Amino acid sequence: MSNVSLDANDSSVTENQPQDNNRRRFLTVATSVVGGVGVAGAAIPFIGSWNPSVKARAAGADVEADISKIEPGQLIRVIWRSKPVWITRRTPELLDSLTQIDDLLKDPNSEQDQQPEFARNSYRSIKPEYSVLVGICTHLGCSPQHLKDGAFEEYVEGVPEGFHCPCHGSKFDMAGRVFNNVPAPLNLVVPPYMYIDDNTILIGSEEGAA
Amino acid sequence: MKKLILVLAFLLPNAVFAAGGGVHLDTANYDLTDKASLQNGAKLFQNYCLGCHQMQYQRYQRAFADLGIPVELGQENLQFTGEKPGEFIKNGMPSESAAKWFGAPPPDLTLVARVRGADWLYTYLRTFYVDESRPFGVNNLVFPEVGMPHVLQELQGLPRKTTEQHMVDGEMVDRYVGIKSDGTGELSPEEYDSAVLDLVNYLVYTGEPSRLESESIGRWVLVFLLVFFVLIYLLKKDYWRDVH
Amino acid sequence: MFKNLMDWIEYRLPIMRVANMHAIQYPAPRNMNFWYVFGFLATIVLVNQLVTGIWLTMSFEPSAERAFASVEYIMRDVEYGWILRYMHSTGASAFFIVVYLHMFRGMIYGSYQKPRELLWLFGMFIYLALMAEAFMGYVLPWGQMSYWGAQVIVSLFSAIPVIGPDLVIWIQGDYVISGATLNRFFALHVIALPLVIVILVFLHIVALHEVGSNNPDGTDVKRKKGSLTEEEKTKFKMHEYYTSKYDIVDDIVPFFPHIVLKDLVAFSLFLIAFCYVMFFNPGMGGYFLEHPNFEIANPLKTPEHIFPVWYFTPFYAILKAVPHKLGGVICMFAAIVALALLPWIDRGRVKSWRYRCGLHRWNLIVFAGVFIFLGYLGGTPQEAWKIIASQILTIMYFGFFFLLWIYSKNEKTKPVPARITG
Repeated sequence: MSNVSLDANDSSVTENQPQDNNRRRFLTVATSVVGGVGVAGAAIPFIGSWNPSVKARAAGADVEADISKIEPGQLIRVIWRSKPVWITRRTPELLDSLTQIDDLLKDPNSEQDQQPEFARNSYRSIKPEYSVLVGICTHLGCSPQHLKDGAFEEYVEGVPEGFHCPCHGSKFDMAGRVFNNVPAPLNLVVPPYMYIDDNTILIGSEEGAA
Repeated sequence: MKKLILVLAFLLPNAVFAAGGGVHLDTANYDLTDKASLQNGAKLFQNYCLGCHQMQYQRYQRAFADLGIPVELGQENLQFTGEKPGEFIKNGMPSESAAKWFGAPPPDLTLVARVRGADWLYTYLRTFYVDESRPFGVNNLVFPEVGMPHVLQELQGLPRKTTEQHMVDGEMVDRYVGIKSDGTGELSPEEYDSAVLDLVNYLVYTGEPSRLESESIGRWVLVFLLVFFVLIYLLKKDYWRDVH
Repeated sequence: MFKNLMDWIEYRLPIMRVANMHAIQYPAPRNMNFWYVFGFLATIVLVNQLVTGIWLTMSFEPSAERAFASVEYIMRDVEYGWILRYMHSTGASAFFIVVYLHMFRGMIYGSYQKPRELLWLFGMFIYLALMAEAFMGYVLPWGQMSYWGAQVIVSLFSAIPVIGPDLVIWIQGDYVISGATLNRFFALHVIALPLVIVILVFLHIVALHEVGSNNPDGTDVKRKKGSLTEEEKTKFKMHEYYTSKYDIVDDIVPFFPHIVLKDLVAFSLFLIAFCYVMFFNPGMGGYFLEHPNFEIANPLKTPEHIFPVWYFTPFYAILKAVPHKLGGVICMFAAIVALALLPWIDRGRVKSWRYRCGLHRWNLIVFAGVFIFLGYLGGTPQEAWKIIASQILTIMYFGFFFLLWIYSKNEKTKPVPARITG
């Protein structure tokens, strides 16, 4: 805890101790190093205790979501690790439109590491029909609004539906991909998830990885 | 120096648990590294204790991990109520009605081994005896007037204070020889003692789940400190060489 | 470049000057023996308590409903939380062990005598603040001993005539020890008292460095300016703050590195003992963590045997020995006040017990024994013989001060050596 670095003030040490030698220098360095390791070791519990506790991890466990009741075009919100997760059932028209706006987007092909490997496609999902996104803006952490039925045209011409962040105006399409010229740097995060069966999604684990 | 020795002499002897009520306590030779024993203890707890007593600070998941039980297996065999493994080991009994049935709400058992000590528990669970004057028909040697039924009777059988006749100075005298089961239990006396020891082992574990980890970290820390001591001692010697 | 920066800072903040004055060029008697490490160790333990305390505060919940459960949360759910908690609980007992040894050092070598009276008084204030700090900290886990210990200690105030009963209710903030009491004790324990202790420790050290360290011979190492030949003066370079006022005898070493290294040797041994307890026997058989405190506070059921933690038991024994409520409380406080008044009770001029009369030696040894035995009596279940024993020992406790006052007036002492021995 209190290991005074012994070579910190060599001038004064030699002032009071004219006869220096190799043995002393070796011992000074060795003690300082071992003492430093001790301080680092003692820091482990203090640093470790800031990690999520068992309680937080139990509360942040995987969440099951029933998707059988979602109507086409509808979005439902699920809480996972105290964060909103959006599950959207996208219509075929919407899916078509997603492939035609690439030049408006910063990262249309999901090259940045914001999604599990399985979602590195233009729909950013396992099944194109269902999109699963963490509803937290990648700029400064607000939760964007879902604007549809043409309401999104106000922000991006020709795109009727998308997400708009009220805090600083970032815009995302219905695959969570960020538009150009907004403060958010990255696409929305796709959480790890998997299909338990056709009607149930498990958010928090990936197939094979669990 | 004298004072130092006196202080150490005052501090070191481990206190004997005061709650024995004057009865000799048998030593519980529990072993926290014995996973089979801990698992059996957990099973006994779930089957015989959890009906009335909770462990509201112990999570199933932690017990599974520390006892080497796979989560799915544990959920199947030890979790009867279908909660998530992250939940605490609780029963659904409302404590008011429990207080009505038993006179006082059954205490939480997570930390009971730290309150009572392993030896007390080991002795307590083996010294129930038939006493018709009590509401549940049993009393206990280390916990007189106990408000709890003998829940392990199914395993031990019906225990009675037993006397044997002995020849003393030409006369036959009744002498108390301890508590003996009537043999109607599922276990022999040796098996019963061993089962109780497993249960006590488990209770010691839940009282302080970090104990084994603590000791294994502690050994490394002590070795490290010895190295540091040697180095700092040599360095100090070197600096003081010219002074004396 | 680095030198320029250091000079720039030094011009505005006297880091090197303070380091030189109080460590590198601070004269320390070279014969300071192992009794002199406990001040350093107490500082280390204080730092440990502050740091682990801050970390525990991050997960502790100060309410009657959640306090006990949140301690178990720290022990089980917080990563390495058990280490932090055991460091803090072991540290509390370690604090008193080193402080008691530190105080006894002051007694046997007469470190409280002129000109160190204020230094001793600051030490006693630290000790008082430490007792309050430890007591309130012990309430926080909200176990049975926390609750009933608080009950007993707070009830002491009810012995005060006229205002006593109302005072107790005011302290509790309720008609019993309750969540309100817990919350205010928490506030005092985590910020108010630590602040007071840190300030007092600072003053303690400032006062020490002004008058200089005593030593086992009690021979002063600072002499009148001009009274020593060059041959007799120390060869070490000492700060001019000292050399301009005094001639310093060739019996000293610089505090850094010599004394610091010595303290670090003691520190490493202390850590070995500390870590052994912390990792292998944190409860210390019920002395450091009392068994009934693992049961949640229950206002309806007093534990079978109730004692304060070991470091309070000598005073608790004095309290119990006096068969009168107010009298007991007065005696208990008088026992601490008597210690604080030592510089004036002891009328002798010779500091160290090495050169004082044989009676003084025995008086000190018996006093230490009495203190420990009182601790035993205060920390074990009540029995008939113990009441009489604790009454006799209470008289012996105060007898120490009375005897000292008598014999120190015209004490037959041995000549104190002109230069430090050994």
